[in-house]
Amino acid sequence: MAELLLNIKDLRAGYKVYGGLLKVLDGINLKVNKGERIGIVGETGSGKTTTAKAILRILPRTARIFGGEIFFQNKDVLKMSKSELSVLRGQGISMIFQDPTASLNPVFTVGSIISDVIRYSRTLSSSNKSSQIKETAIDAFKSASLPDANRLLTNYPFQLSGGMRQRVCIAMALATARDLLIADEPTTNLDVTIQDQVLRLIKELVDKKNTSLILITHSLGVASEMTDRIYVMYAGTIVEQAKTQDLFENPYHPYTHALLSCIPKLTGEGIAPGIPGRMPNYLNPPQGCRFAPRCPRVLPICEKEKPPLIEVEPGHEVACFLFTRK
Amino acid sequence: MNELLKVDNLKKYFPVNVGSISQKKIVDLKAVDGVSFELEQGEILALVGESGSGKSTTAYTIIGLYKATEGKIYFKGMDISMEVNQRPLSLKKEIQIVFQDPGTSLNPQRTVRQILELPLRVHKIGPKRNINEKIEELLKTVELPVDYMFKYPRMIGGGERQMVAIARALATNPSLVILDEPTSALDVSIQAKIINMLLKLQKDYKLSYLFITHDLSLMRNVATRTAIMYLGKINEIAPTQELFANPLHPYTQMLLSSIPVVTEKERSLKPKKITSIGEIPSPVNPPPGCGFHPRCPFKFELCLENDPQPVEVAPGHFVRCFLYKNQTKGGF
Repeated sequence: MAELLLNIKDLRAGYKVYGGLLKVLDGINLKVNKGERIGIVGETGSGKTTTAKAILRILPRTARIFGGEIFFQNKDVLKMSKSELSVLRGQGISMIFQDPTASLNPVFTVGSIISDVIRYSRTLSSSNKSSQIKETAIDAFKSASLPDANRLLTNYPFQLSGGMRQRVCIAMALATARDLLIADEPTTNLDVTIQDQVLRLIKELVDKKNTSLILITHSLGVASEMTDRIYVMYAGTIVEQAKTQDLFENPYHPYTHALLSCIPKLTGEGIAPGIPGRMPNYLNPPQGCRFAPRCPRVLPICEKEKPPLIEVEPGHEVACFLFTRK
Repeated sequence: MNELLKVDNLKKYFPVNVGSISQKKIVDLKAVDGVSFELEQGEILALVGESGSGKSTTAYTIIGLYKATEGKIYFKGMDISMEVNQRPLSLKKEIQIVFQDPGTSLNPQRTVRQILELPLRVHKIGPKRNINEKIEELLKTVELPVDYMFKYPRMIGGGERQMVAIARALATNPSLVILDEPTSALDVSIQAKIINMLLKLQKDYKLSYLFITHDLSLMRNVATRTAIMYLGKINEIAPTQELFANPLHPYTQMLLSSIPVVTEKERSLKPKKITSIGEIPSPVNPPPGCGFHPRCPFKFELCLENDPQPVEVAPGHFVRCFLYKNQTKGGF
């Protein structure tokens, strides 16, 4: 049995806004094993990033966690003290954000940004000599196949292209050993040929270092190329979870079906008409299944009760009343 | 053949300062560097390329937002290479554009009604008194509820905003609509809706589209013909089916092999012999010879110094690469 690294149990979270509470995450259950690559797939506003930020406890001030537990290496992240959190962020989990331009401070050189990451990760021996830090930084750049690492240290972020910046972010995230890497839409702002390069790099590095990966993306294609297992999110709930191949070959949930039919395919079979309606308002979300108002196969029970996530096949879970009765 | 738009050796250079503030050194940024293509009536031509390939500049020059540095643009046989403010009103009516981000292309201070009213007033379409009827009709064509008229752009979703932008473009009853990445800011479920709507409108109103995008798999399902742009030039242009079945230019193959796909069937359609390396060079300082040679795995001496000319390898399939010889004219 694979070793469990991250275990999220019934996480409920949201944001306080003028006019009430946005009830975004509604009972998220998610597991990541050691060395596993999982994907969280969903449309804009489905709560993917909120989930990721909750794991690192970097949610903005307006956010509220209503309940649930996040176990990382058998410790509840939600109950950690400040110093424990700093160790978690320095050694346990690192994150790559969507926009590399916004996540690199423009007034510091790339070298000084990555040095800080290495210094505060507290993984180096007590001496913490700057030469040792520099060496680690150069190694990190080299492993991220960034050319001319020495010169790069003195560059400012604006002197690099978008693809290079994202590679710097990846190098930073994996400069010191980590158990889990969270990549939040790491290639959304990049061109398709650069996306291919960056994805290959992430895959290569996490495999080499045996780091687990949570890849957050709205692109089913990216998830299919990168992950072992996929969670499909809709409006703050997990609607389906399966091994990557199973999910694409044999999707159960009506939302997964609809989403799959919407992506343009290379085979040129045309594009489905899309999903009618729009995502529910989190101020006042539907009482039952959150997909019910848009679901083509809605049942009377869907509007009243929340469907539980049940196993329909080994390792394949679906939250839908269509499949609760055998 | 019913040619609607013809672009002939279009060039657009922007002067940029590569020196310091005190010691200026002005050089040309060659955003578009000799682009030629034709667009037929009722056709959907896709212009595909990475950011910095000059696809949007091409579109903006056609619509007249930029003045062409060199080359000619013909619309229905008429030379329209001038800027938009020198174009006659009747011409402006014929060519419309939908921008990428409906959040910034719709005035946040105006209601949907005011946004749709402006082109009608400018082009004196419909009766002045009963302009509401025409606006209702426009909203109905893009399947939006009529009461959206009184909403501001911020009150409606991203997809719906793009529908308003499309309705605005259709208000003047154009024959050519330029779509500049109309769905790249939107989710796939909304993209699917908008694309289906655009295809329906194209049939109903016999429109022609110049579709600017970076999404090749989308174009596989939409375009009649596809042109691949790189560094201000068209590298390959062919009927869509032909291009995807038989991609010839190494860059086209690189693009295709980089697309993330979900099914095995799709995977089998991707060219395998090429992996993506390098980045698009800066158009301020493009490499000599073929612009793609620094990233090309098949380059040879000729590519380093000479820029290839387009050759027709199959009817309507043009490639700009030294690997291919002219097969329809001469050759053998």
